[in-house]
Amino acid sequence: METTGGAVTARGLGKRYGRSWALRGFDLHVPVGSVCGLLGPNGAGKTTAVRVLTTLLRADEGTASVAGHDVAAHGDRVRRSIGLVGQNAAVDEVLSGRQNLEMFGRLHHLGSRRAAARADELLERFRLADTGRKPVGAYSGGMRRRLDLAASMILAPPVLFLDEPTTGLDPRSRDEVWGAVRELVAGGTTVLLTTQYLEEADRLADRISVVSSGRVVAEGTPGELKSRLGGDRLDLVVRDPAALAGAAGIVRRVVGAEPDTDVENRRVGVGVEDRVAALTEVVRALEEQRIGVEDVVLRRPTLDEVFLHLTEAEEETTR
Amino acid sequence: MNATAAPSAPSAAGPAHGEAGGFAARVRWAVADGWTITRRDVLHWLRRPGQLVAGLLFPVMMLLMFGFLFGGAMTVPGGGDYREFLMPGMFAMTMVFGVGETVTAVSHDMARGVTDRFRSMPMAPSAVVVGRCAADMLRSAITLAILLGCGLLAGWQWNGTGGEAAAAVGLLLLLRFSLVWLGIYVGLAVRGEGAVTAVHTLEFPLGFLSNAFAATATMPLWLGTVADWNPLSSTVTATRELFGNPGWGGETWIAQNALLMAVVWPLAIVAVFFPLCVRRYRDMAG
Ligand SMILES: Nc1ncnc2c1ncn2[C@@H]1O[C@H](COP(=O)(O)OP(=O)(O)O)[C@@H](O)[C@H]1O
Ligand SMILES: [Mg+2]
Repeated sequence: METTGGAVTARGLGKRYGRSWALRGFDLHVPVGSVCGLLGPNGAGKTTAVRVLTTLLRADEGTASVAGHDVAAHGDRVRRSIGLVGQNAAVDEVLSGRQNLEMFGRLHHLGSRRAAARADELLERFRLADTGRKPVGAYSGGMRRRLDLAASMILAPPVLFLDEPTTGLDPRSRDEVWGAVRELVAGGTTVLLTTQYLEEADRLADRISVVSSGRVVAEGTPGELKSRLGGDRLDLVVRDPAALAGAAGIVRRVVGAEPDTDVENRRVGVGVEDRVAALTEVVRALEEQRIGVEDVVLRRPTLDEVFLHLTEAEEETTR
Repeated sequence: MNATAAPSAPSAAGPAHGEAGGFAARVRWAVADGWTITRRDVLHWLRRPGQLVAGLLFPVMMLLMFGFLFGGAMTVPGGGDYREFLMPGMFAMTMVFGVGETVTAVSHDMARGVTDRFRSMPMAPSAVVVGRCAADMLRSAITLAILLGCGLLAGWQWNGTGGEAAAAVGLLLLLRFSLVWLGIYVGLAVRGEGAVTAVHTLEFPLGFLSNAFAATATMPLWLGTVADWNPLSSTVTATRELFGNPGWGGETWIAQNALLMAVVWPLAIVAVFFPLCVRRYRDMAG
């Protein structure tokens, strides 16, 4: 299968479990040397996609290639070109970090001496060198993740897959993992990572593919996706239900977009691009009109809103 | 190659994984990979000797319990020493019951994602399962050696030639070898805790529905027939014969051909489950 410069290419991938499709019509193109973030809620099909692309699972439909090799026909060649960090840290808990890395080095046919040397290098690089004989079972979540990353790059793979690399980690460990990933990327590794967090995709990825119900529903740079959503949200709650229409009118005029109104909760909400200007202008105009306000919040869109918005946009374009 | 990412990182396309490797090279790497997997278990034993000892204690306890606690209450058909009669059954039972450890190890690796990591690496698809089997056989051999020693201390002995005794030990290990493949398959195919439960559910009928403790002739006909055709029974009868220990005898074809069947049964189980294991490991449907 030809690749046209893609480190990862998927066309119409489908994977079925019983009657339901975990993946259906899944298309993806990741250029060499870039970082692609697969962003989606729990159950969207991210792990299934990664498992198909890393030859762990056979797709029922469609084709995919990784590093120029078809995953179905040349799984062995794909496996020589990839590193995988799965959803849970797949390292031996009884062995020490060094013993783990030595084992994986031997399995990459480095021979015992080179495997030991490589293990030491990687321990140093991922700041695990002083863990000594300690079993991995006694590591913190962040240390385990870093060991997992180290194990996936014994042979500096051209393409690295990371499935939710920071889920369940505390902020400090998360920063450590992000740092390690950035270093790899700086060295030219192509990375495909999955995440449930917009922030993570934003920080690490060149391009984001939003996954929902087994397919990519939106694709673009983090900036593009954000502007499609209209950035942050401004929510305000009026005191008097009768003033709702007036407040909505002010918001429409100041922000220049049609707000959502929620009569039951006396709430007006809208996406804003210039946070501070929108907030000050709206508040000033409300005061001028003497509309009593109970609450005003400026907040980032929740992931639910992002998905809802992007899925709706997708449905409109396909309609 | 990504020089900046990992200055001294060995190339992913190095000669070790080259396409050009012929059949001999592939076999050599499969063996090397299998040994690395086996070595992992050996390292486990070294790091957690307590676990290994605890695993060995169980069969020894069983042996002593059956040998001394119930020993007086049982009579051997046609006379003969009770413990001489009992030991071959105990040895064979231990071969059956140890399979739970295989299933636990395999399903633990599955649940932890370790199996997936191996599967995403360029290894021979047989290496992981073969390495697992080799490690378990190593442990079985140690267990059996200790049990034979305990048996001798408890008054058991073999009355045949050394060669016959060695053949009996070989048959016991062959039975375990076949069951290890069954255990690996269950570990790969059944997800989560279900796998261990499934094997414990299998172990008991396989262990007790046999001629290890009772003559099949004394059972209801259908039960006796099932017990007669239990692979464990063939191994027990054959090892009793080879060790020169007293047995139940038996008129049925299967009892008359115990030696043959003690070889045929395990080989048949391996012939079915080895290919299933390799296929399951490679494709991991579901
Ligand atoms: N082994 C499986 N058997 C049955 N259904 C599965 C299996 N794995 C995943 N699924 C289903 O496929 C869908 C996608 O799952 P997954 O790829 O794990 O999503 P994500 O990684 O985005 O959370 C979910 O609805 C999930 O329940
Ligand atoms: Mg997932």
